[in-house]
Amino acid sequence: MKLIEELWTSLIESLGALGSVVRFLLRLLAASPRALLRPDLIAKQIYNSGALSLVIIMLSGLFVGMVLGLQGFELLQRFGSEEALGTAATIGLVKELGPVVTALLFAGRAGTALASELGLMRATDQLSAMEMMAVDPIRRVVVPRFLGGVIAMPLLAAIFSVIGIYGAQLVGVQLMGVDAGSFWSQMRASVGLSDINEGIVKSCIFGVACSLIAVYEGYYATPTAEGVGRATTRTVVTSAVVILFFDYLITAAFL
Amino acid sequence: MNQSAAIIEIRNASYAVTGRPVFAGLDMDIPRGRITAIMGPSGTGKTTLLRLITGQVAVDSGSIVVAGQELAGIRRADLYVLRRRMGMLFQNGALLTDFSVFENVAFPLREHTDLPERLIRQLVLTKLQAVGLRGAAELMPAELSGGMSRRVALARAIVMDPEILIYDEPFVGLDPISLGVILRLIRRLNDALGITSIVVSHDVQEMSTVADAVFLLSGGKVVAKGTPQQLQTYPSEIVRQFIGGLADGPVPFHFPAPDYFSELLAGGEKS
Amino acid sequence: MRKSRTLNLGTGTFVMLGFAALFFLTTQTTSRGMSFASPPHYDLTAKFDNIGDLKVGAPVSMSGVEMGRVTKIAFDTKEYKAIVTMRVDAKYSQIPTDSDAAIYTQGLLGGKFIGLTAGGAETYLKDKDQIDFTQSAFVLEKLIGQVLANFAKSGGQPDSGKSKADAPAVAEPKTTEKTK
Repeated sequence: MKLIEELWTSLIESLGALGSVVRFLLRLLAASPRALLRPDLIAKQIYNSGALSLVIIMLSGLFVGMVLGLQGFELLQRFGSEEALGTAATIGLVKELGPVVTALLFAGRAGTALASELGLMRATDQLSAMEMMAVDPIRRVVVPRFLGGVIAMPLLAAIFSVIGIYGAQLVGVQLMGVDAGSFWSQMRASVGLSDINEGIVKSCIFGVACSLIAVYEGYYATPTAEGVGRATTRTVVTSAVVILFFDYLITAAFL
Repeated sequence: MNQSAAIIEIRNASYAVTGRPVFAGLDMDIPRGRITAIMGPSGTGKTTLLRLITGQVAVDSGSIVVAGQELAGIRRADLYVLRRRMGMLFQNGALLTDFSVFENVAFPLREHTDLPERLIRQLVLTKLQAVGLRGAAELMPAELSGGMSRRVALARAIVMDPEILIYDEPFVGLDPISLGVILRLIRRLNDALGITSIVVSHDVQEMSTVADAVFLLSGGKVVAKGTPQQLQTYPSEIVRQFIGGLADGPVPFHFPAPDYFSELLAGGEKS
Repeated sequence: MRKSRTLNLGTGTFVMLGFAALFFLTTQTTSRGMSFASPPHYDLTAKFDNIGDLKVGAPVSMSGVEMGRVTKIAFDTKEYKAIVTMRVDAKYSQIPTDSDAAIYTQGLLGGKFIGLTAGGAETYLKDKDQIDFTQSAFVLEKLIGQVLANFAKSGGQPDSGKSKADAPAVAEPKTTEKTK
């Protein structure tokens, strides 16, 4: 009985949280057109979320690609079709690993930075101070960060995939001796634009989700040191679950 | 002056947080061009009162009129117009951490005006000079002491030449020198710029030297008002306890609890 | 000022890299080559019963030499066949009219491509012509199905002569499919 009651209250709570996140998103979207008048602010946030995540994204992309090259080669060799390595690695990277791993890394690198930055601004009254200076903190602070993340994510995912393909090529062709020509030509013959599109759609949606979760958690963080810490933790956890959930939904939608 | 003497009029205002009333039927008039102190024990809603006056939260019933503008049911755009006429100094300054001192003070100008850079520079340096920190213009907020960041925040609060300046606990955690500096600045800005100042504090000593009028809040009501001198001899228990800093009185030393002895005796069984 | 310059530079570099990566993905990993100004070419069509997973952009080759690419795949609602349009480079203009087109697989799991085999006619295919002789894609499941059916029919008689006699049965699934 108690269990059912607790489940019920937690269901109500999560529905309430979902509603509040969606309302926050609508608020951000409503404020976006006017925030676009300040491209300098958005550019700065693209730098913070994108350019500063570049190194970790490129390194991870390289290693993920190399692992794909190794595992893919090992697997395909059993069927005697090592030449399909290029196709396998590219499809895997472009459709799945690129968007998903990038989004997870983004949540860990840029998402936590966003959440703790906004949480600290909340805790030190900077957001209230802006409101008192008749500056809307949503438009001045939150929306540029949100849009910066939304723009940065697909670009990061694309960079991840390209580096990954070269990583797979490095292992497959240089180490394992797959023919470079068939690696690329098979890839070109069987990877379609729809595969690329799926990857782009995924990374765009992940970008919106991750950025939204980060700014939401930061903006509504409890204004204490502990609250800010909790907000960053929740950003990573929620983002990870949401990314994987959406990943399944989008994949199913594209089939 | 053709407008009424009170710049802020609070009439029969009620406000409750999750069902618990903070204010019930509050009446208050804050005189124009003077320094008004709002004092009271912790937890009596001083900060909430500031949030009501600045429109960060809305009253449940009653009315608050600030500079001729009714706050109940005000539109967001109107509120922002009104706020350009108000400045507020937050407890710890609330400087924007990724801007320098200069950019912090320039922030309201850059957001609200299209002034040329030369003019912005002049205005900012004038205000920084007024708080004695012109030399710190290029420092970052992290490099400032508590007193200095509050002075920078003060410069930022007056850069748009507000009519009302609100100080939220401006003396907390300051050494005597910084405290003296802030006190002097409050007085000087008020006299020189003709600003209405509202200071929320519970430092009796400091406030009695600077305030023109004092409101003493307790339990969500104004329990005393008058000049600091009048309050010294106010015929009320709570006022005497607060002004005199007595440990026990109408505000009890003990948090409400069951009878001491019976709880001690029952202690073993309870937990 | 110096700070804002590194900021601009960093942002610019990042965005450029991102778009370069997107460009790479859309042009280099797929068969949509960078043919902004496409070289001279002509189009041929061919009807297939089954094209398997042939995709737009798949190569068209003869004797292993790439001559063009598949540009369009459509469906003929009257004949229930796939119409494949391919763009062939103009320098390979001497393909006999009775040549045949077949769909092959690169490796066991690779992509499909169209292989042309030259006929003996004296006239050559021109723009918008149709290749009449086609051979459908080799579909693995179908083949396995046929082998299994074959095996079931031959039952307990592992007589090789008998199974040879059953050979026509191989064609049976095909005909049933056609009538569908």
